[in-house]
Amino acid sequence: MSASPGGAIFKSVGVALLLTLLPLPSWLAVARPDFLVLVVFYWAIQTPRSAGIGLGWVCGLLLDAFQGPVLGEHALAVALVAYLGVREHQRIRTKPLLQQSLVVLAVLALYQFVLWAIDGWSGHPLTTPLRWVPAFTGALVWAPLAGVLARTYRPRT
Amino acid sequence: MAGFGTRSGSPYSRGGSPGFRFTLYALASIVIMVLDQRMDLLERARYVLQALTYPVEVAVNSPVAGWHWLERSMTSRAALEAENRRLRTRMRDLEVRTLRFDALARQNAALLGLKQAVPPVAERWLPADIVDIELGRLRQRVLIDRGTRNGVFRNQAVLDDYGVVGQTMHVGPWSADVLLITDPEHDLPVQIARTGFRTIAVGTGDPNALALPYLPANADVKVGDELVTSGLGGIFPAGYPVARITQIHHGAMQRMNQVIARPFAHLQTDRAVMLLWFRPGSPAAPVQPNQQQLPTGNPGAQPLAPPPPPAPPLCTPPTAGSPASGTAATAAHPSPSGATPAVPPAHKPPASPPRTP
Repeated sequence: MSASPGGAIFKSVGVALLLTLLPLPSWLAVARPDFLVLVVFYWAIQTPRSAGIGLGWVCGLLLDAFQGPVLGEHALAVALVAYLGVREHQRIRTKPLLQQSLVVLAVLALYQFVLWAIDGWSGHPLTTPLRWVPAFTGALVWAPLAGVLARTYRPRT
Repeated sequence: MAGFGTRSGSPYSRGGSPGFRFTLYALASIVIMVLDQRMDLLERARYVLQALTYPVEVAVNSPVAGWHWLERSMTSRAALEAENRRLRTRMRDLEVRTLRFDALARQNAALLGLKQAVPPVAERWLPADIVDIELGRLRQRVLIDRGTRNGVFRNQAVLDDYGVVGQTMHVGPWSADVLLITDPEHDLPVQIARTGFRTIAVGTGDPNALALPYLPANADVKVGDELVTSGLGGIFPAGYPVARITQIHHGAMQRMNQVIARPFAHLQTDRAVMLLWFRPGSPAAPVQPNQQQLPTGNPGAQPLAPPPPPAPPLCTPPTAGSPASGTAATAAHPSPSGATPAVPPAHKPPASPPRTP
């Protein structure tokens, strides 16, 4: 419950990156939600002034540094997610969690689509339908994740 | 585009409307992507990134590594003795098997018409541990704990004690990404050991399967055939075991067979791999397709080289200048100028040298 969300954002991004990199058995890794994208989207909705497209871009670049076949790929996709969050934050924020989950599903599907397009363009195609699974698992974990993140910082509105 | 953000109507603290800022960031991303993809300008940046990310990766991996260490230190004396006995038996088997190896190598060299005994193609080995980390979902990549400080270079062959594992991609000072042979981006020039037929083994994304999509329907291939590296493509020396063919689907209307092979290497359970340095002069050394130098105008690589002088009989190295090398570039990043069949098989250093700062 601090005045500025900076610390909470920093910590949550760190934890999300950790969860993204953690080695898992392959059947579980396929379903691993994109925690970092979800965290960026959450902060873009809740605190669009302090955490927005810049945060998304930096987080995407972090993902690229660890996992990207092309530098800049995740940066663009996560920045797009953050942009959508910032732009529609008032509409999304006031919706119940269930509807928010549906929005998250659409946003994550768009995110995967951008990655899929760039993968194909840059010659690293990954066409298996399994790549769309994290969009669904991400929508499933949205409600608990938003609950946890809401405890770390609540904006004064 | 810049006007999109004004709809939400709330004032933003800095940097203009979200649409405008997103456009800027998107442009920055696209510039980075093009630089990374089309030019090698970001090679240095990749090197630095690899160095910066390595501590984080080691930290993330440390609980798993700690668990393995705990497991090891908790093994009972009986289990250790059993393992010791098993390993000693295996070592004796291997030593007996290599007793005749030197003699065979000399005899083989004599048959090939070479005057003196050729040393084995592998010059040096370096064991490397796998850092267990997620390097991209559904992508077949691993991280190893050796980098340019250990002499590792880009596109270096990586094996385990059962077969070919993959090749290094981005190399940092202390770590390197390894692209496994089962990654969909990996093409491996192979040879069917029984017939000598050369083809390409393509990764499927499944760690237990390689596909052989370029085998014509009348090719002589059977379930159980062993695939070895063919030495084409410039990365893997010839003759290393790759996979065993497990399935062949004949389509009556198809000109190509659908063939699936299972890699020998234990790609999923490996905890350590071996990096290989080979002697460029050896007959089994990979033929260098030289695709890297062509766009920049290598004077030694003519598109239409004159035919080589007729070689004395029985003197042809087994892998040099084969006509099957049309698409044999084992390229992790396929470039439009990759297929250059007429490049003379020059005996160059095996791959581009490690880019040290």
